[in-house]
Amino acid sequence: MESLYLLIPLSVLLVFLIGALFWWCMRSGQFDDLEGPAHRILQDDDSADAALPQNGSELKK
Amino acid sequence: MENQATYNYKVVRQFAIMTVVWGIVGMLVGVVIASQLAWPELNFGPYFHFGRLRALHTSGVIFAFGGSGLFATSYYVVQRTCNVRLFSDKLAAFTFWGWQLVILSCVITYPLGITFNKEYAEMEWPIKILIAIVWVSYAVVFFGTIAKRKVKHIYVANWFYGGFILAVALLHIVNSAFIPVSLWKSYSVYAGAVDAMVQWWYGHNAVGFFLTAGFLGMMYYFVPKQAGRPIYSYRLSVVHFWALIFTYMWAGPHHLHYTALPDWTQSLGMIFSLILLAPSWGGMINGIMTLSGAWHKLRTDPILKFLITALSFYGMSTFEGPMMAIKTVNALSHYTDWTIGHVHSGALGWVAMITIGSIYYLIPRLFNREQMWSIKLIEVHFWIATLGTVLYIASMWIAGVTEGLMWRAVNPDGTLTYAFIDAVKATHPYYIIRFLGGVLFLSGMVLMLYNTLRTAFSGTPVNAQIPAVHAHA
Repeated sequence: MESLYLLIPLSVLLVFLIGALFWWCMRSGQFDDLEGPAHRILQDDDSADAALPQNGSELKK
Repeated sequence: MENQATYNYKVVRQFAIMTVVWGIVGMLVGVVIASQLAWPELNFGPYFHFGRLRALHTSGVIFAFGGSGLFATSYYVVQRTCNVRLFSDKLAAFTFWGWQLVILSCVITYPLGITFNKEYAEMEWPIKILIAIVWVSYAVVFFGTIAKRKVKHIYVANWFYGGFILAVALLHIVNSAFIPVSLWKSYSVYAGAVDAMVQWWYGHNAVGFFLTAGFLGMMYYFVPKQAGRPIYSYRLSVVHFWALIFTYMWAGPHHLHYTALPDWTQSLGMIFSLILLAPSWGGMINGIMTLSGAWHKLRTDPILKFLITALSFYGMSTFEGPMMAIKTVNALSHYTDWTIGHVHSGALGWVAMITIGSIYYLIPRLFNREQMWSIKLIEVHFWIATLGTVLYIASMWIAGVTEGLMWRAVNPDGTLTYAFIDAVKATHPYYIIRFLGGVLFLSGMVLMLYNTLRTAFSGTPVNAQIPAVHAHA
């Protein structure tokens, strides 16, 4: 199965790369706060902006 | 030129609209080929024959509809969660036009019979090269935006999107390795069982990273946002991500059970497929439990209905998948319509519904409206889509098990009980039900397009201001 000579080394290499990335995450503090980020996206208000133009003719039905 | 203090919503808007348009096109072709299976006389000439249109349907819904949805949402999520405009407007615009060109080339070449003959990778080599260029640009825009982020923590949705972008690049390059013989013909560099293994390493990981990881990125942003509640467990979402990407790569061989592939490779594929149940269900529970304490919102909010139903179908199909990967179950299900049912439980139930929900969330924001033009119409869309999905899956389950049992039935003297045509006749009614399910799902998309256009024309295309980064919680 020659394909495995390609796919197995590729997968092993990937696991090491992913492992290195995981290690970087721990070292750089990506996992320091595992509560705040969940709330942070909710504080970001992305609703329609009253200051920006709305189409005048359809403001309120 | 755009003001630097705004987000780039333009490219998000373009992709969001095209998601709906390609959804209709891809699903229409799906309905056409479903009717060709039920009524074979509908196979007209070489150009509109099932064999050519089938690839157009799969590429249309996966890469055109799903792909546009992933581009739209990932560009939106990465900007909003990193508090920064896209890395490059020009490159982002290139990914839009490039991707549309890829799709258009497929729409033209597939019916002409120009094909690389690999499932979900039928495009010939010039298109493959274009995909690679667009994809690298996509990676540059996405990771460039992450690199210049104003928020230290990279939100989990971005991890899923990032994993999806990198994995798809790798899969595409390895599986597409070709030897061109002319402008529109090339051959795979692999041969025989090797080629099959590489194809399904690609094929299943396309399911894993394109149709799962990417859409999980969507889920981890749009479910909490639409519910107005933080994800049930952020910690679990991080575990979900790492568990998924560490274990996914080896599930492919379950597509090749009982073939020329070595036995141990098949068993390895089966075991990894079973392992996948754990992270999948972890993620599904995490998403659904986000609503705990706010279940009442499901009664009134059809967008949330789409998102949560999508998660339910995700749970169902990620349970069904590992079961079908067990070799003894696979002996019954392989090559039958059960597989088609399973795929559509994931494709209609999970991928399409999570995309539809997310696009309904996005459209009003991209056109500076409070909400979609008609909430009632979203509600109607939801019920039509759910009914269509259930009809589709249930009919294919019955058809698939019927086929499996009829094919394996033997008389006491060892001869086959049924001729192949007997099984074809037995499944005919279910093919008609499947066609009806598809028609329902497609008509829901038409309602969505109408609703989207009404919203777009009653609003103004905007690029929202980037809010000041508030103190990190």
